[in-house]
Amino acid sequence: MRALTWQGVHDVRVETVPDPEIVNPRDAILRVTSTAICGSDLHLYDGVIPMVKPGDVLGHEFMGEVVDTGPGSTLKKGQRVVVPFTISCGNCFFCEKELYSACDNSNPADKQDMSEMLYGYAVSGLFGYSHLTGGYPGGQAEYVRVPFSDVGPVVIPDGLEDDKVLFLSDILPTGWMAAENAAIEPGDVVAVWGCGPVGLFAIQSARLMGAETVIGIDHHPHRLELASQLGAETIDFRQTDVREALREMTGGIGPDAVIDAVGMEAHGLAADNLIDRIKQGVGVGADRGHALRQAIMAVRKGGRVSVPGVYGGFMDTFPLGALMEKGIEVRTGQTHVQRYTYDLLRRIGEGEIDTTFLISHHLPLEEAAEGYRNFKTKQDEWTKVVLRPH
Amino acid sequence: MSVDQEPRDLPGADQPNGRGKTAALAALALGIGGYVAAAVALSRRRESARASMHDSAPGRTARRARFGGYSVVGRTVTIRKPRQELYDYWRDFANLPRFMESVKEVAVEGDLTRWTIAAPAGRTVSVETRIVEDRPGELIAWRSTEGSDIDTEGRVHFKDARGGRGTEVEAIIAYKPPAGELGRLIATLFQSEPALQGRRELKRLKMLMETGEIATSRNHRERTEGDTP
Repeated sequence: MRALTWQGVHDVRVETVPDPEIVNPRDAILRVTSTAICGSDLHLYDGVIPMVKPGDVLGHEFMGEVVDTGPGSTLKKGQRVVVPFTISCGNCFFCEKELYSACDNSNPADKQDMSEMLYGYAVSGLFGYSHLTGGYPGGQAEYVRVPFSDVGPVVIPDGLEDDKVLFLSDILPTGWMAAENAAIEPGDVVAVWGCGPVGLFAIQSARLMGAETVIGIDHHPHRLELASQLGAETIDFRQTDVREALREMTGGIGPDAVIDAVGMEAHGLAADNLIDRIKQGVGVGADRGHALRQAIMAVRKGGRVSVPGVYGGFMDTFPLGALMEKGIEVRTGQTHVQRYTYDLLRRIGEGEIDTTFLISHHLPLEEAAEGYRNFKTKQDEWTKVVLRPH
Repeated sequence: MSVDQEPRDLPGADQPNGRGKTAALAALALGIGGYVAAAVALSRRRESARASMHDSAPGRTARRARFGGYSVVGRTVTIRKPRQELYDYWRDFANLPRFMESVKEVAVEGDLTRWTIAAPAGRTVSVETRIVEDRPGELIAWRSTEGSDIDTEGRVHFKDARGGRGTEVEAIIAYKPPAGELGRLIATLFQSEPALQGRRELKRLKMLMETGEIATSRNHRERTEGDTP
């Protein structure tokens, strides 16, 4: 089959690799019909996530048609399914508590050593996202093997086309959980750093959860325009002093909740970020955390900080004093996708949520490398790339 | 003199101080300091074997990794299954190669078990063990016999986990490689990353018991040579 493979920093190529087959009883094989490039794929593309090997197949946002099933799968051939990017067994202590991205049993035993060393305990397996999270071949391919297919995949009813439901795989639940982690109350002001896909879906979700005002922060005019279309007020950090603006826009109180939808590769010309950038450049596992630092400083006393943005290592000059002295609550984590899929599918079906506005480009799989390049360098116009492998 | 010639009453998990001391003294009398050290490390609670240690952490978590001539590795994993079921699975030693990747073959003859273990450079190491303690649903302990390539003893302990979370499975192994070329080979096999093997094996057991399968990122059924890291 053809698949998008990682070869090195800023070097991804579509190559011919062996077709996957059923390996474990609960597996299913999908013929991928749609797969998207995620903002977090750019962390792999930029080489800031460790343990990616040349030849690894990327992609963790995908859906397709079931073409083969193991004896333990509950799926049937011909069904259309969307697959969560988190691989979860459904049997362990963590899955039972709906902490699906903390699944104990989906990250292969020989792959857990590094994440145990980095984080204390091993995290779950993820599709196409380095050997830290299992080294599972991803879905930017013609076919993909889906482990524990009786737990994750969501069967899509006829009549809902791919573009409407594809984002159930990651970014819609991720934006939704980001807003949920912000513990929004009626009348709240919520500020969102980053108006990329997750930030925009967090804005949309925060509005649905009753936030009175949502403020989107970015520097790409088109992304700010999309935020504005979703009902958000906006701040362009290239033109405006963000903390000063947030204070003034909230009557001197500060936002009740802040959401960092940027993660480890924050932009910005502040001194802290320049130092982070140098450290990240020499590969010492440093996260670039300008957005998170600013969010912690900006949030009101006793406010909530929600972090859907991806971090993988360590951060210096973390404003721990502000966190403690203001009594801030922080909630974060890889998304527990399976917790949200059915509720969000219903909301999509009823027309309450429409995510198709985000898609700027459809490309055949063969042009995936072009998609990565443009998603990286032309973030303003290339808001979301959906690949069609067949 | 090998440990195999020593008294068989290895200080157990819940034994009172007196018995552990007796065993240690007996070993000392026979001039086997290593045995004492291994016994300390194998004990689940340090104070049960040595009153001078005053925290409640398992002996094997001490900052030193070697106890006399013995290396000790151990690990606990919580599995969401009743302990009798886990004990039964483990007690049928023919099951063990399913989750112990380095164990190539297990042959049971009466109370003796012969293990064929893969070693570097395509060689194998042979270990014969005898069960020294067997408490159904609770504990299995074994010790190598004189004809083994490795002087080793170990135990696996099953106990109810707190909060109804299933069973805590704790495996502890102490081993002392012999001198000579074979010794060096075994040292390479075990000491490159002493705790790694056991840790991965317990995780595989957990996967198998909880999910019915062992997670893998391989996309193909055939196992290629050298695929195991």
